[in-house]
Order: sequence, then C-alpha cells, then structure tokens
Amino acid sequence: MNRRIYGLENEYGIICTSDRRGGKALSIQNAVMYLFREIISGRMYPDVFLENGARFYQDIGCHPEYATPECDSVTDVVIHDKAGERIIERLSVAAERKMRLDGFLGRISVFKNNTDTPGNTYGCHENYLMERHVSFRQLASQLIPFFVTRQVFAGAGKVKPTNRGKYVISQRAQHIREEISIATTTARGIINTRDEPHADREKYRRLHVIVGDSNMSELATFLKVGTTSIVLRMIEDNFIKKRLALRDSVRAIQQISEDTTCTQQIELESGKRLSAVELQREYLECAKLYFEQEESDADENKIMAAWEYILTCLETDPMQLDRILDWVAKKKLIETYVTQRRLKWDSAKVMMLDLQYHNIRPDRGLYYKLEKKDLVQKMVADKEIENAMHYPPETTRAKFRGRFVKLANERKVLCGVNWSYIQLYEPYQKLYLSTNPFQVDFDEASRMIYSI
Amino acid sequence: MPSEKQQEHKDNLTQDAEEIQPDPEVTEQGEEIKEDLDQLLDEIDEILEEDSEEFVENYIQRGGQ
Repeated sequence: MNRRIYGLENEYGIICTSDRRGGKALSIQNAVMYLFREIISGRMYPDVFLENGARFYQDIGCHPEYATPECDSVTDVVIHDKAGERIIERLSVAAERKMRLDGFLGRISVFKNNTDTPGNTYGCHENYLMERHVSFRQLASQLIPFFVTRQVFAGAGKVKPTNRGKYVISQRAQHIREEISIATTTARGIINTRDEPHADREKYRRLHVIVGDSNMSELATFLKVGTTSIVLRMIEDNFIKKRLALRDSVRAIQQISEDTTCTQQIELESGKRLSAVELQREYLECAKLYFEQEESDADENKIMAAWEYILTCLETDPMQLDRILDWVAKKKLIETYVTQRRLKWDSAKVMMLDLQYHNIRPDRGLYYKLEKKDLVQKMVADKEIENAMHYPPETTRAKFRGRFVKLANERKVLCGVNWSYIQLYEPYQKLYLSTNPFQVDFDEASRMIYSI
Repeated sequence: MPSEKQQEHKDNLTQDAEEIQPDPEVTEQGEEIKEDLDQLLDEIDEILEEDSEEFVENYIQRGGQ
C-alpha cells in the first residue's frame, strides 16, 4: 500500500498523591474520574471521541487511554500522539484544580510508560491498515525478526528493580511470552492477531502491534512506525526473499533487551548468528533495493535516512544517540545523576528517575526537562501539536468525525460515534456507516449535520 | 603502584596539558554546558525531593493490555 492508515493507542499510568506527607492518596479510579470530569458529565462511562477525531477512554485496568485519529502519514501520527499527551496534561491540571475545590490537596502524575513498580504492564499499540490478500503466515514470519530487533531504536529503557538495578533496552520485552497470540492481557505475543479493520474487511486487515514501548522521543516514534510501515510495504509486495526467522524469538527479544551494547548475537533458524543491529541492517538493505524500483514519498525518504544513520551509530557506540533514542537518553541521564550524586543503581531515587522521565507534565517530567534544555532532538513544531489537539488530520475519515463531534457538542445533539459509524438518535434516527477510512467526506451525512 | 603503562599515559597527559593552550571559545562553551548540566541536576534533586521510596512503592497499576 502506498497510502496507509496509521494509529497509535497509548495506555497511561496514573497515580494521585497527597500534598501532605503521609496524607491519604486518592485511588486510581477516583483520579481517572477527575481526569475525565472536564469532558464528560454525570455518570457517563468515560469513553468519548474528541473534536480532533481521537478517542479518549478508560481502558482495562483503569488506564486512561488515548487513541489517535486515523492518520495517513507517519509524521501526522507523531504529531497526534504528542497532541494526546498535551490533552491529558491539560486535563490533569484541571483535575488537580477540581480536587482542590473538593478539599483534596494532591497531585496527579501521569506516565507515558509501560510498567509499574511490581511489574504490571500496559501497552502502546500501533495500528496499520494492510491489504487483506497477504498471507498471515508470511506476514508473521517476516515481521517477527523485525519486531524482535526493532527495540534497539524503539525501546524506552527501564531500570529493572531486581538484579541490582540492571538497565534494559525495552520496557515491554520482558512481558512477551509467545510468538503469535490473540491475547493482550495474558500471554502477549510478538504478533497479535486482533484484526478489526474498521473498514471494508474484504479489502483490508488491521495489524495490531502490542510488542512496542511507549515513546517520549518524537524521532523514536517516527522511526518505530516509519520503519514498520516500510517493512509492511515490502511484505505486501512480496519483496522480502531472505529467510531471517529466528531459532527462539521470545528468548531473543529478551536477550537483546538485556544487552545495552547492542552486540549480543542471536541465532537464526539457519544456524547463522547476527546481532540485532545486523538483522535490522538486513531489512534496511532490502528496503534500499525496494526503493530502487518503487517510488518513495518525503516521509519514506526521511525514514530511510534516519534508519541508516541510527544503525550506523548503534554499530559504533549506542550512547551517541542520547539526543534521539529514549532508552539512550534516559540511560545517560541516570548515569550522570548517579555519578554526580553518588547513588546506587538500585536505590529508590533511581527508580523514581526512571519513572519521572515519562511524566507528561513539562514542569515535572524529565524528558521535558531535557527537551527544554535542547538536550533531545525534536522533529515536529509545538504549534503543529497544539493544532492537532483541536483539529483532525485533513486527509482521512477523522476529518468528518472531528467536525461532527464538534457540532454535536455545541448543539448538544445526542449521538453515538465510533471509528466506522456515526449515529444520530431520536428524532433523526440515522446511521452513517463508513467502510473507507481514506474517504474524507460523506455528502449525505454532512448535509444532515448542518440541518440540525 | 601505577603500572608502567598507566605511568606513561599520565606523562602523555601532563605533556599535552603543557603544550596545548585552552581556546577561550571552547572553554566558554564547556562552561555553559556544565552550568546547564548543574542546573538540570538541581532540578532533578527538586523532583526527587518528595519521598521517592514511598512514591515508587505506591506506583502500582492494574495490568492493562
């Protein structure tokens, strides 16, 4: 597919603490209720579509989850993923204000990461619309080695509380138990088989990826989604001929995560041994050949250049990438702090540092402290992010949904909204179904909206 | 006792230091970076001022997807 629909879903971690030492904290459930109070009223279940076409809801395990609107470019996904952070940040500020009015002096911290202290996990799911004709077996076998090794640039890093504070590349790798699985809450797989395209099922399938970490770095998100998209294009066109299958993929994903030098070799089914970076290079070289005969767009050119640059740096010294990759930026920050303040890696302060890197509030989050000091590289402008908080992408179905939600909110019309339909209740009693996420407008539905 | 190799390394370092004059521009840049870093570390101190142990211990989520 030349043009593809992408979406990112992030489940956030949340905690509410009292301002008084030893004071009673609010439960997660109550904190989430305060978070949603600004946008829903009364006893409605916290699950809404926003005027920018995104969905914001309370997911399994009481996590606030933000799903970006359908985007048709990788850059747009990066922008809309950040817009989601900013929306939740503003909601958390409003929530704290409301809590104070209710007499609770406390603070809400929201983290864009994937693990808590005892080791529960929550995800960052990527979604890619794909052509239905691709055989699933082929898709899985060509994607697994890619997903196993992609963490060397997409990982968010984590200090493991056990093992004297050992630092690993990926938050999520340790929670992966299967190669292929339908489960998202128990035996999570490298390939997840959930397939709800919210589109014409005969034409499209949805690839729902649950193996990745949440990223703070814009460039890490760009690379994660971008390289995956290029690999998918090659799979759809049956271009990958090399057999890169691994002997034990689940073990490999953990081995790679535990080696911050990125030199650990893993065994292929063929008996050959390659490092994660070398395996990524196999995909990159294949993509270079692919684009010798296929046209690439501006995003793809940027992805290819960044992919090559990152792999080259990883081959010499991963720590060079502290301005770009989350796991490296955080590692460097912790190393510096530990050295300067003479701390042990397994101290509570180090765990706190790890956590606070992912705090989405610019005044408290360490990623944002780095950003403010220009110690990490941005790729999108703040005003683009600000814009995406209110406006949907112009080139997908989300445009129509966003406009509808805005009007319905203004005019207080009762309606049901979902990814693939919009329903007006009494007295209009109409349902507009959309099986094409690339279609921006529905004539009939538009006329209807403006007649309300 | 420093090994011969370490000693030799040290000598090289001292020699270099005598020969090379500091470039004021580079020094200034270096100082700026150091200041920035110190400031960052102070800001981290502030964030970590709250009881890290209690905070980290209480950070328990239910499993998500």
